[in-house]
Amino acid sequence: MRLSPATSQRLAVTFLWTLAAATMGLLLFIVAFILVQGMPYVTWEFLSQSSRSMGREGGIFPMIVGTLWVAGLAVMIAAPVGVITAIYLTEYTREGKLTHVIRFGADCLAGIPSIIFGLFGFVFFVITLGMGLSVISGALTLAMMVLPTIIRTSEEAIRAVPASYRDVSYGLGATRWDMVTKVVLRSALPGIGTGIVLSIGRSISETAAVMLTAGSALRLPSSAFDSARTLALHFFILSREGISMPKAYATASVLILAILAINLTAYWVMQRFVAKAR
Amino acid sequence: MSDENQNHDVEAHARRLLEEMRQLHSPAPSGPAKIAVENFTASFGANKCLRNINLTIHPQERLAIIGPAGSGKTTFLRSLNRLNDLEHDFSHAGRILLDGEDLYARDMDVPALRRRLGMVYAVPAPLPWSIYENLVFGPRLMGLRNRADLDERVETALRSSFLWDEVKDRLTMTATDLSGGQQQRLCLARVLALEPEVLLLDEPCSGLDPISTAKIEQALAELKARYSIVLVTNNTKQAARASDRTAFFLMGELIEVGPTQQMFTNPAHGRTSDYITGHFG
Repeated sequence: MRLSPATSQRLAVTFLWTLAAATMGLLLFIVAFILVQGMPYVTWEFLSQSSRSMGREGGIFPMIVGTLWVAGLAVMIAAPVGVITAIYLTEYTREGKLTHVIRFGADCLAGIPSIIFGLFGFVFFVITLGMGLSVISGALTLAMMVLPTIIRTSEEAIRAVPASYRDVSYGLGATRWDMVTKVVLRSALPGIGTGIVLSIGRSISETAAVMLTAGSALRLPSSAFDSARTLALHFFILSREGISMPKAYATASVLILAILAINLTAYWVMQRFVAKAR
Repeated sequence: MSDENQNHDVEAHARRLLEEMRQLHSPAPSGPAKIAVENFTASFGANKCLRNINLTIHPQERLAIIGPAGSGKTTFLRSLNRLNDLEHDFSHAGRILLDGEDLYARDMDVPALRRRLGMVYAVPAPLPWSIYENLVFGPRLMGLRNRADLDERVETALRSSFLWDEVKDRLTMTATDLSGGQQQRLCLARVLALEPEVLLLDEPCSGLDPISTAKIEQALAELKARYSIVLVTNNTKQAARASDRTAFFLMGELIEVGPTQQMFTNPAHGRTSDYITGHFG
């Protein structure tokens, strides 16, 4: 049987729409499910108080601080290293064996399961370097994990800068350094920023790697060498050990909203930046 | 229209034509060379793009370079401000002297050199910033910080490229929002803001409408008083209109160079006349 072109077209459109709607629906369902279960318990006290009796009572203030510490430090370490690597790969070296090795290495790093990073961090930072279960051990481990993302997105962003900008900069008497810092990076900044935001999101939501490196102390971390429990890990422990499902869902709600807020803010800032730079 | 008026128009037209002819006839200025190219050969890998070029460029002259695609015109231009250095497989032999100084000397300050030989590219390439920022980018690289100095350079450069009246009230506008012809005049102004000694133009009008082209040619005619101008062009009519001398390149070799008037009426080589009359190329 042959379908008329109009019918097959309608079928194809319906099929594609269904799949797209299913994707969106799934996302909305997960988010809504967690928010419905968790939001009733998200109160000011929940956000501002310490945990009591293993998290059964009280709030998640120490976990919010711990998450900010670990994720913030991780991105602060990974972003400069990643962006500088990307600049080196794109502007300071020709395509060759070395760049292939670096890029292959970064890709391999990206494919390693996070629990392996956790194990490595535990053995290397926590034990060998004697940093203990601490914010800094967790941050260094996460930094290694998000490094490939930052390198690859920065590289793409730098490559997308038109070649003519380079010719023009050199023609106007720019050194390579002038060209990179004043022209290329300026144009590539929105793309680089996107990579960094993705890394922040990934750092915040990572569980396995931080469990083995940052530990799971319930108290407020007072320095980078204190153990800290992140929101994602708190949620995992609360639900895994059946301590309190309402508190677990409330924690998950905060986590989801935080990631949403970061992405939206970053998107907005980028838009403004792009509008200004154009 | 009355006969008298018509006669007047014809007379004015004739006078203008005569003036243009006189300009074309003006002999190449003598005196010390601004740029002396001596036995210059440029290669990319094993591919020789320029062979044994010998050419002198005088102060205050407009030299047009014509020739078919792949004849080495652009390579020649990019050799003059050492942009070819950016290609990893570039190598050269022979010398190019700017005021008697070897461009390819080991201790040459290349960024400073490129400011002395300002280049305008075939495709208008404004940086994605405001008009003002585009213009002060080069001067700022030179270390100029004084706002009044920068403003003055911007105005002078925009006036010289006949863009000032169109943009003077909107210098903060994004340069990429200008029309193509305006963008190219902006690129010319951006180079003029460096106060260079030589202007290198690589088919600057190839994508432009006739009016923008006329404005650029007019700017070049006036700028000639202050700079040596090297104009690579695919348009032989443009070479005839907007140059004092013309050089004809073919397959990496300089076939012939001479006063434009002579090149277009009585070239020494058959290949030149074939190209000019459109028999090939």
